[in-house]
Amino acid sequence: MVWETVIGLEVHVQLATKSKLFSGSSTTFGAAPNTQANIFDLAMPGTLPVLNAEALRMAVKFGLAIDAEIGRRSVFDRKNYFYPDLPKGYQVSQLEFPTVGKGQLEITLEDGSTRSIGITRAHMEEDAGKSLHEDFQGQSGIDLNRAGTPLLEIVSEPELRNAKEAVAYLKKLHSIIRYLGISDGNMAQGSMRCDANVSVRKKGATEFGTRTEIKNINSFRFVEKAILHEAQRQIDLIEDGGRVVQETRLYDADRDETRSMRSKEVANDYRYFPEPDLLPVVIDEVFIEAVCKELPELPDAKCARFVEQYTLSDYDAGVLSSSRALADYYEQVVGICGDAKLSANWVSVDLQAVLNKQDLEVEDSPISAERLGGLITRIKDQTISSKIAKTVFEAMLESAQSADEIIESQGLKQVTDTGAIEKLVDEVIAANPEQVEQYRAGKEKVFAFFIGQAMKVSRGKANPAQLNDLLREKLKG
Amino acid sequence: MSDRTVAALSRSLAQGEVSSVELTRDYLSRIARHNSVYNAYITVTEELALAQAAEADARRARGEHGPLTGVPIAHKDIFCTRDVLTTCASKMLGNFVSPYDATVVERLNAAGTVTLGKTNMDEFAMGSSNETSFFGAVRNPWDTDRVPGGSSGGSAAAVAADLCAIATGTDTGGSIRQPAAFCGVTGFKPSYGRISRWGMIAFASSLDQAGPICKSAEDAALMMNVIAGADPKDSTCVDAPVPDYTATLNDSLKGLRIGVPRQHLAEGLGKEVEQALQEALKVFESLGATVKEIDLPNNHLSVSAYYVVAPAEASANLSRFDGVRYGYRCENPVNLEDMYKRSRGEGFGAEVKRRIMVGTYALSAGYYDAYYLKAQRIRRLIKQDFDKAFAEVDVIIGPTTPHTAFKVGEKNDDPVTMYLEDIYTIGVNLAGLPGVSIPAGLSSTSGKRLPIGIQLVGSDFGEARLLNVAHQFQQHTDWHLQRPEV
Amino acid sequence: MALALSDVEKIAHLARLHISTEDAQEVTRRISSILELIDQMQSVDTANVAPLAHPFDAVQRLRPDEVTETDQRDYLQQIAPATQDGLYLVPKVIE
Repeated sequence: MVWETVIGLEVHVQLATKSKLFSGSSTTFGAAPNTQANIFDLAMPGTLPVLNAEALRMAVKFGLAIDAEIGRRSVFDRKNYFYPDLPKGYQVSQLEFPTVGKGQLEITLEDGSTRSIGITRAHMEEDAGKSLHEDFQGQSGIDLNRAGTPLLEIVSEPELRNAKEAVAYLKKLHSIIRYLGISDGNMAQGSMRCDANVSVRKKGATEFGTRTEIKNINSFRFVEKAILHEAQRQIDLIEDGGRVVQETRLYDADRDETRSMRSKEVANDYRYFPEPDLLPVVIDEVFIEAVCKELPELPDAKCARFVEQYTLSDYDAGVLSSSRALADYYEQVVGICGDAKLSANWVSVDLQAVLNKQDLEVEDSPISAERLGGLITRIKDQTISSKIAKTVFEAMLESAQSADEIIESQGLKQVTDTGAIEKLVDEVIAANPEQVEQYRAGKEKVFAFFIGQAMKVSRGKANPAQLNDLLREKLKG
Repeated sequence: MSDRTVAALSRSLAQGEVSSVELTRDYLSRIARHNSVYNAYITVTEELALAQAAEADARRARGEHGPLTGVPIAHKDIFCTRDVLTTCASKMLGNFVSPYDATVVERLNAAGTVTLGKTNMDEFAMGSSNETSFFGAVRNPWDTDRVPGGSSGGSAAAVAADLCAIATGTDTGGSIRQPAAFCGVTGFKPSYGRISRWGMIAFASSLDQAGPICKSAEDAALMMNVIAGADPKDSTCVDAPVPDYTATLNDSLKGLRIGVPRQHLAEGLGKEVEQALQEALKVFESLGATVKEIDLPNNHLSVSAYYVVAPAEASANLSRFDGVRYGYRCENPVNLEDMYKRSRGEGFGAEVKRRIMVGTYALSAGYYDAYYLKAQRIRRLIKQDFDKAFAEVDVIIGPTTPHTAFKVGEKNDDPVTMYLEDIYTIGVNLAGLPGVSIPAGLSSTSGKRLPIGIQLVGSDFGEARLLNVAHQFQQHTDWHLQRPEV
Repeated sequence: MALALSDVEKIAHLARLHISTEDAQEVTRRISSILELIDQMQSVDTANVAPLAHPFDAVQRLRPDEVTETDQRDYLQQIAPATQDGLYLVPKVIE
């Protein structure tokens, strides 16, 4: 039996506003418990919400970026349920008239092909607080600092067909929200959270199977693992003659499994109705145009431009445009050294490796774009070879010096003086008569040995092309 | 001093005939003597009052005063008052010391009023008789066997018995106007959105509105000048200019077009009330107004629609009372659900629980369209009826209540009998219009004198005209000057 | 519309209200009577009437994105039923 997985993602993105969605409390992460919860956030009787303009602007920005319909008249609703981290006993959300309607997101698959994934809607809502389950004499502690932080819940159509597509979708979403500057997208801190609706069906079937909702997925890696695990669980269940039950399941990363959250299953009836403390939000053409003007060049457009302007491969352009900061860094490097291809290699390979290893964002790169541009400039003008450049690059990681300062102080400048190289070649030939004979007897492979020896003697500084020519000439005898 | 309207007190204070401290001491001693009978106050803030009075006197001495500076006021216990107990007449908030002031309170404090205390009310403003208070029923000063009306019954009784010069109230379905009618005082409900709801404990957010309960329309205008106007803290508070409501009080009523709803004269209206209404209309006619009958054809559905909209909103508004961050928490909860259910089950009174349940039901899956949406559609019909009427008339005048104050305990068997008490006032809230109840007669059939109120309703944000009409009536009648024997 | 006792139990659970068994019958009777009043609405055809959620046709005002609040935790927790280390305490939350 061949099975197909059907996945829809609900992604909660914390909007990067300074203050909360409906109150003037700070949204800074990591403050001491309840120090950022004011009387409104604590749902003191008589307090009322007033909408944060910036949160609305950010939501609209996202809508425009995914080419979505913008709700000209969006309405906030109350979603009623009791939970200690929900102080008002209802969450203010949007049900029927969200700020962002239908849109789409193009994802790139591993084979390089692209697919357009439908986005059903993106609505604004308040985040909840946190329940801490450490032991307070058998009780839970409630921290409401996060309560009221603006969220954009982005709901996809059930159009993703495997875990890898889901990850690609999530990464693309992550890239876009960061490009737009509407969220830091930090999954570890919970500023981007993902719930996955997963079902399976026989390949070729048109009806959907019963789905489960997996909550609490907080990294790209876990999204893939959780979906793979859940799809397999469902397939095993069906193949064993069982049936999938519609329910909410929690992903446990430590055990790599999902388990049922029965406590949340009891009679959910959210009794949505329009929030009477807020009025309809009307968005006009002027507002939309103003937000439009603020839209940055988005990943797809930037990628296409990189291919066109810098004649990069689709792959390189894709990597370099995956984050706005990386793309900006790259273009700064190109601006300094004037070599798009060399810059692409250095940024996407060498620099990226360092960043990955040190778990840094490009904004925190130990080597600034100016310094990297300076290094590549010296490769281009043949002051140093590519090989020496690696040495300089390593040295740059350890100091704040420029490439030129390092080349100067360590004497790494490439030797291009023909006389000096000739002297070097003569020395090497004289020192290795045995190999000279071998070469002259037709053993072409020995040539590499001479290059190696000459480089060793010159400490890598000999100009490779010149060395090559001279060596070949002299070895002829 | 017999005429203790704000306007009169303000003049005495200005002329130095009395200081605010003296006045405040006098009111405090009246409260000490009489409150045990009427139960109008839940909390008396003596210390605060004397401090505010001293400050008011100092301000007057410095010449930094307005008409309300030094005037003793009482606040309905639904308004949050910083560092003062704010109970909403509920066990749920029996220990709630508010950490902040309502905008209404803040503005009145800034104007220099002296807070005597917090008045009794129906629990969470849910009631028309003041019998649902956790702190016991309020008694009508005209006849202590009778209710003062509700939910702002404590404020109305306090003003009637002169236990304060003026009081704040709130009106969701008639809660200012009906007790004003029962207690023989002036009760003014402004248009929805005219006054900030910040700090006013919400019952039904799309209907609640604060307003003055006082001894004259002029006093209402004086308080409105202080409390009306936009508030950045309340999204539903309208950002429209506020006129000086006292400036137009003396405008002539010549040519005023009065509409009397045919439906309000139909069956159910008590004879004495109808008589008083007819007498009042004659007064208006003598002042140059014309009277014609108008139609409010959907008014009979207002109570039904209201008892969906208000409980639905209330069911969510009252979810925050969960025993977690403030307020009542039950003893020794065995688990989270037990804490919720017992804290709320024990903290709320029967009427509040009923309304929460009705609202929960009306919003629940499968009933939302038939109840909640249906009620909102009826709400539009009612609004349209008023719109049509105001195309023909300037003011609508009718009874405030079907009859005079009823006896304590008389209408407790079936909540619906009580709900129908508000048949003339509820539509005004659904339409968001301004309305005022003014005294227009005294009944004596029960052996004791009982006040009769009439209701004047204005068009959207027509507060100034409404106060003008009420004031002119009071310039030519003396019903508003009648006081019960305390 | 008359409610069954089981309906009232369901609603009471949704609203997290403890209703004692002794009170349940009376509550059911009274709520049924309220619903009967409410059902008078059904007598009028409103098929072509749009719902009105607010008395006025006003639109939402926006607030500038500014932090205006300072930490008042200690003051605000004076009125809390149970706190520890700045957290509000509740019976164990089970997920």
